[in-house]
Amino acid sequence: MFDSPSIIVGLEIGTSKICAVVGEINASHALNIIGVGQARSRGVRKGEIAEPALAEEDVRNAIVEAEQMANVEIRSVYLGVTGNHIRGFSNHGVHPVVSADREITDEDVQDAIKNAKAINLPVENSIIHAIRQHFQVDAQTGILNPVGMFGAKLEVDVHVVHGHGNRLKNSIAVVKGLQLDVEEVVFNGLASALALLSNEQKELGSLVIDMGGGTTDYAVYSDGIIKHTGVLAVGGDHVSNDLAYGLKVPLGRAEQLKVDHASALLRPEIKGQTIELPGQMGLPSKTINLEHLHRITSLRLEETFELIEREISYLGWLERLRAGVFLCGGGARIPHLQALAENIFQLPAFPGKTNSISGLKSALDQPEFATAIGLVRFGSLQQKRKNNGGLAGGFKRTLADMFKR
Amino acid sequence: MTTPIASIPAAPADKTDEAVLKKKLCIKVCGVGGAGCNAAGYIAQTKFDSVDFLLLNTDAQALAASPLPHKWVLGRQRTRGLGTGGDPEVGRAAAEDDAARLAAFCAGADILFILAGLGGGTGTGAAPVLARVARESGALVLALAILPFDFERGRRHAQAAAGLQQLKAAADAVICLPNQKLCKLLDEKTSMPETIQIGHNLMADGLRGICRLLTQTGLINLDFADLCSVTRGRHVASSFATAEAGGEKRAEQILEKLLAHPLLDGGQLLNESDAVLVSLAGGPDLTMSEVNKIMEAVQRQCENSHVIFGAVIDEAFTGRVSVTLIASSRRLAEPPPLPAEDVAKADAPALQFLDPSATPRPPSRVVAPAPELSNEKKEQLYSRQTGQTRRKSSRLQKELPLEIVFKGRFDKSEPTIRHGEDLDLPTYIRKGVALN
Repeated sequence: MFDSPSIIVGLEIGTSKICAVVGEINASHALNIIGVGQARSRGVRKGEIAEPALAEEDVRNAIVEAEQMANVEIRSVYLGVTGNHIRGFSNHGVHPVVSADREITDEDVQDAIKNAKAINLPVENSIIHAIRQHFQVDAQTGILNPVGMFGAKLEVDVHVVHGHGNRLKNSIAVVKGLQLDVEEVVFNGLASALALLSNEQKELGSLVIDMGGGTTDYAVYSDGIIKHTGVLAVGGDHVSNDLAYGLKVPLGRAEQLKVDHASALLRPEIKGQTIELPGQMGLPSKTINLEHLHRITSLRLEETFELIEREISYLGWLERLRAGVFLCGGGARIPHLQALAENIFQLPAFPGKTNSISGLKSALDQPEFATAIGLVRFGSLQQKRKNNGGLAGGFKRTLADMFKR
Repeated sequence: MTTPIASIPAAPADKTDEAVLKKKLCIKVCGVGGAGCNAAGYIAQTKFDSVDFLLLNTDAQALAASPLPHKWVLGRQRTRGLGTGGDPEVGRAAAEDDAARLAAFCAGADILFILAGLGGGTGTGAAPVLARVARESGALVLALAILPFDFERGRRHAQAAAGLQQLKAAADAVICLPNQKLCKLLDEKTSMPETIQIGHNLMADGLRGICRLLTQTGLINLDFADLCSVTRGRHVASSFATAEAGGEKRAEQILEKLLAHPLLDGGQLLNESDAVLVSLAGGPDLTMSEVNKIMEAVQRQCENSHVIFGAVIDEAFTGRVSVTLIASSRRLAEPPPLPAEDVAKADAPALQFLDPSATPRPPSRVVAPAPELSNEKKEQLYSRQTGQTRRKSSRLQKELPLEIVFKGRFDKSEPTIRHGEDLDLPTYIRKGVALN
């Protein structure tokens, strides 16, 4: 546990970079970002640890940088996880109220949630989050806290995010190898949403798409609660890889081409334009057709969004997103990505801005830092809850807690 | 069903529209060769009204065993009723000898079903001739071709592939039933006759479903033109499945049965297909929600394909639902259709493999053996392989049909598969977008 409980650290082990953000809860109980550390990631593929030794080294670099900047000693972190194995789905739990006067007690609530959490998972999978949604007492829906109400039947929806236990252990082991504690494991998509969305946007209905290097994480909020989460193991790396293949350039050059010239839309005016790549370091000079480059990137990004759109509209959430689509992650920097999102989702799209958090302006404005900032925010909410005596602390036993024993 | 009848060219010119409208559809079924006769014989025993059956074989002994009344020995002068010895050329010649008789049988038929097992002599050689003759006499021809088991490698497969090619060119529509797919239905203890029985049952069900589709006018009508639009030019992987269910949960049951159907590869074929025809038959109690449920599930299975849907209400189906599904994919490029005359005069199937430019690649299921080469040709080939000793195996290495795309940085990571697509491959390649 923390020595000084006011310091909260979020650590995201991403595919392209590792990022640690230090936050502090100040005297007026507001969250303030005081340090950021980052390092290029080498040991991660598609959001999962592929080479633990390299990943450990990179995490150390990021943590050290954050420590120096914030001038604190980091003991424990909130760890963000992602990967193709992570799934989110909603489950329903029912509990009959048995007491004579039919008054719903805290125990009834816990029982209903327990029923909703009793799901059929593959044995090797662990629950990362079990987030309760609205309660329903008899036929009355949309109740946030039913304790003290009267009814015969209490029902609750719980959104469960689960993933492959051993693969989650991989990232936890990397952090533990550095003698750091893992406070909790948090799904990246959820953290990004926490960083970007205001309460009003959650109420209206929003979709957050975090397009990272290896994965694209997404979360749907509506009526103030989380409705759906998901991971698509396609990200910026895929765009670079497509370019490397299609334009026949080495991966490093493709990466640079993506950063400098990629576009999410194929615009007619670039027809016939070319880019001259100067020869350097033994690589020959090359002329690249800009139209080809844009066609490759736009097709990939379009497909990624379409897959997300298909899933969300299949589940019926697309009509309930009145606030729009919020984009973050390194992919959000690609020009015209907003316009593409607007085309595909038929909703207004915005670059995600971390709000209601004060601190380093340079960190708050970068779309890449949204997840790590969200992790800090998640940590601050958890601490607030602990300090308040744990309003419902019992039900949220996460994986990290289990490993700490 | 008005369209195909009206379009039959052989219909006498003096017939008025009314006569055409009143005319009952004349369907004939013809089994060709050993497998075809067995199948037709079996189907004739199941309740099949108002359909004429004819068995054609070059083997008189096999024909004699069948109880059906109409059966002819093909090419009596040529083979003396002793069979073809597995040579399609003999089968073809035998059928050509009897072309006039065949034309007489086909006259007046609106639809002719040809049941033939491909790979042998009679079925492979005679079926395309029969299809051509029937088409010339004005019938619409639909062939159900049984393809050999995988263990019947080599020559039989090559002959079956060549025969299929010819049949495709001669018939209006061809539906394949690869025997190998039956194996999925069997357990260890299934006996040989049972296996054949299962094959025949599948065929009978399919035939009945197609007959129903063609003869009965539905609420949402399907006709032969629809069937042709699904099967024509892509018969390579045309496949059909029929399922029937009754009771309260029939919609769910029927979907389960369809997806478990051996000919659809557990629904995989639906995913790969690009045209699907669904014909639904039910009693007056068929509810819209059932139709909706079935169609939605089928649509979900075949997202990439064009789905044609039809529904028939039939008193006989009260309390039950039956679905006939025909799926086909255009996996291979459409071969240029040969005129029917050329087909009949084409070289013997085995010879066609000598000139690779003349025939398109055979479908992957039926792998052709290495070409048979003359000795000079062999020497010529070996001399080109400088410095290499002549290996004992006479087979030539075949080319892999797949273009392998290197996955670059994702080569060693777990592939990202969504809806059956490997998302690690560049999108533009999967979508077939050309760059230049």
